[in-house]
Amino acid sequence: MSIFAKSLIRHIDPAVAIAFGCIAALLLFGSFYSTSFISPAFLLQQLKVASFLGIIATGAMIVILLGQIDLSIPWLVAVGGMMSTAIVGWRSPMGEVLAIPFGVLCGVAFGLVNGFAVAYLRIPSMIITLAVNAVAQGLMVVHTGGFSPQDASSFAMRFLATGNSLLGIPNALLVWAAVGGGATFLLSRTVFGRAVYGIGNSERAVYLSGVRSQRIVMLAFALSGGLSAFGGVLLAGYASKAAQGMGDAYLLPAIAAVVLGGTSILGGRGTYLGTIAGVILITLLQSILSVMQIEEAGRQIIYGVVIILMLLLYGRERRVQ
Amino acid sequence: MRDWRYHVGENRDTLLAFAVFLIMFGIYTGNHPAGFTANVVTTAANKGVILALVAMAQTAVVLTAGIDLSVGMIFLLANCLASWIVVGSPGMTALGLLGVLLVGLLCGAINGLVVIFGRLQPIVTTIATGAVYFGLALFLRPVPGGDVNSELADSLTGQLPGGIPASLVVLFLIILTIWLPFRRSEIGRAVYAVGSSEAAAYMSGVPVRKAKFVAYCLSGLFAAMGGLFLTFFTYSGEASAANGGAYTLYSIAAVVLGGISLFGGKGSVIGAVFGALMFRTIGDLLFVFDLEPLWQPLFQGVVLLLAVSLGSLRLFQIRNRLDLFG
Repeated sequence: MSIFAKSLIRHIDPAVAIAFGCIAALLLFGSFYSTSFISPAFLLQQLKVASFLGIIATGAMIVILLGQIDLSIPWLVAVGGMMSTAIVGWRSPMGEVLAIPFGVLCGVAFGLVNGFAVAYLRIPSMIITLAVNAVAQGLMVVHTGGFSPQDASSFAMRFLATGNSLLGIPNALLVWAAVGGGATFLLSRTVFGRAVYGIGNSERAVYLSGVRSQRIVMLAFALSGGLSAFGGVLLAGYASKAAQGMGDAYLLPAIAAVVLGGTSILGGRGTYLGTIAGVILITLLQSILSVMQIEEAGRQIIYGVVIILMLLLYGRERRVQ
Repeated sequence: MRDWRYHVGENRDTLLAFAVFLIMFGIYTGNHPAGFTANVVTTAANKGVILALVAMAQTAVVLTAGIDLSVGMIFLLANCLASWIVVGSPGMTALGLLGVLLVGLLCGAINGLVVIFGRLQPIVTTIATGAVYFGLALFLRPVPGGDVNSELADSLTGQLPGGIPASLVVLFLIILTIWLPFRRSEIGRAVYAVGSSEAAAYMSGVPVRKAKFVAYCLSGLFAAMGGLFLTFFTYSGEASAANGGAYTLYSIAAVVLGGISLFGGKGSVIGAVFGALMFRTIGDLLFVFDLEPLWQPLFQGVVLLLAVSLGSLRLFQIRNRLDLFG
């Protein structure tokens, strides 16, 4: 075997390879069921649906790389959707312009609360993000009166979420590509990214190396909050309005996508390529289950079992002695 | 009694939770239109006991430094199952009760086995198994409905002679017959040891795997008991994802309020019980002060946020800055 092939094999994360293998297997399985499963139109549609999860999972991944977890995803997604449509509800030209940035900024604000509590108050992220999730839910319930808000999404939101660009590529996919490109650059080419991986391995060592690790942690959570809210903004554009509990269906898939993509839940290890694989894998799994017309109950069961099985395949921790 | 000082110190957080609960409950009954009557107490107790059992389930796992995000779903599954099988003659009902508890135990055991032998993180594992348990609950009850042995339900959610809520007595008996023997057993001590330091426990020959397994089983069992009580309370079963998620969240809140360390190895199920009762009283306080029900989720969220922020007070005790990053 040539040296090149050997180094290539060494550089490919087995988890990422397995994830892409599972994607191929799912497509093969789906094509037995219906040939339209491998048609370009269907695959593009899948990638479009995957984009929303992909953007949300990007934020989840950055936090998981730190060795933390963000459980406030569900209601930060809803915050993004509801706040952006609320601004549009003003019916002034400014509303149309401000909708997307305002929705994202609200998510960043909640993310900063998460980040401050984790980085400076040293509260376990699992707990504080649950609490922030509850507060966000409470605020949104007060804001909407417990009903689905009537405000519609702006033209820009609908354009990004549902439109198609040249060659029929969905805009949502392009947005995910931009977010993913940004995240890859951030994680692999910047001081911030190096510090994120470092903190995931040992925050103590990173701190002693002169990095202001607490600031990095806070920024990472703010980024995660902003990306969750951005996902919510796009979802509101996709459905042309926001809804109560619109983010509930995204917590498990986002974390599962990141972990299935080979990112260690303990932090410090993982690639964005893996997260892409994980997101596509989860989306395909969901759509195969719905194409096969399995009821919600069966879908939940298969979904949970498949995630456990895949994790058992390669997500295990090393044996401690 | 020379070592009373030690015992008070050891149970300080539990006692604190108890005291805060008493004060809150005093304010609640003081402002309730009906005042401190047996009916007010019984209703409060019934609602509190359901959450208390789920919080006890969470505690068992948290003590091992893990977390169980599937307690709410095991609770739902038990509720839906009970609405099918806890009916009919006394014999059938007893078999049904046994069946529900066994299913809860089994769910906990599956969590434990995957975490221990699969070497997966508890948080990811229980999110995924939670989806499975919710799917099963949905399979049993696609639409809310069902029935339960109403005599049993009424007697367990009613009052004993003297106006004592029956549910509180049942909770007391559960703690007396399951928790206390467990806490005093070798395996119970092992659970605390594993939560304090798994490596040290392993080096000292503590049965780490067995301790974790028992903790997860106990968690499933307590969650199923909570589900049974919900069934007695509502006379029906309902697979609502929002409800399951809320109970998981509240169970963590109750654990934190009850003074149980989320880093494991410190705290008591009794603290969790008072944490749960306290959390329920917080929700009810809004009601007696005539605040709009719309504000209740926000109020509970803010209280939760403040409660978990209290944990950061320990930062003042840190001598070395590096301990922050431990």
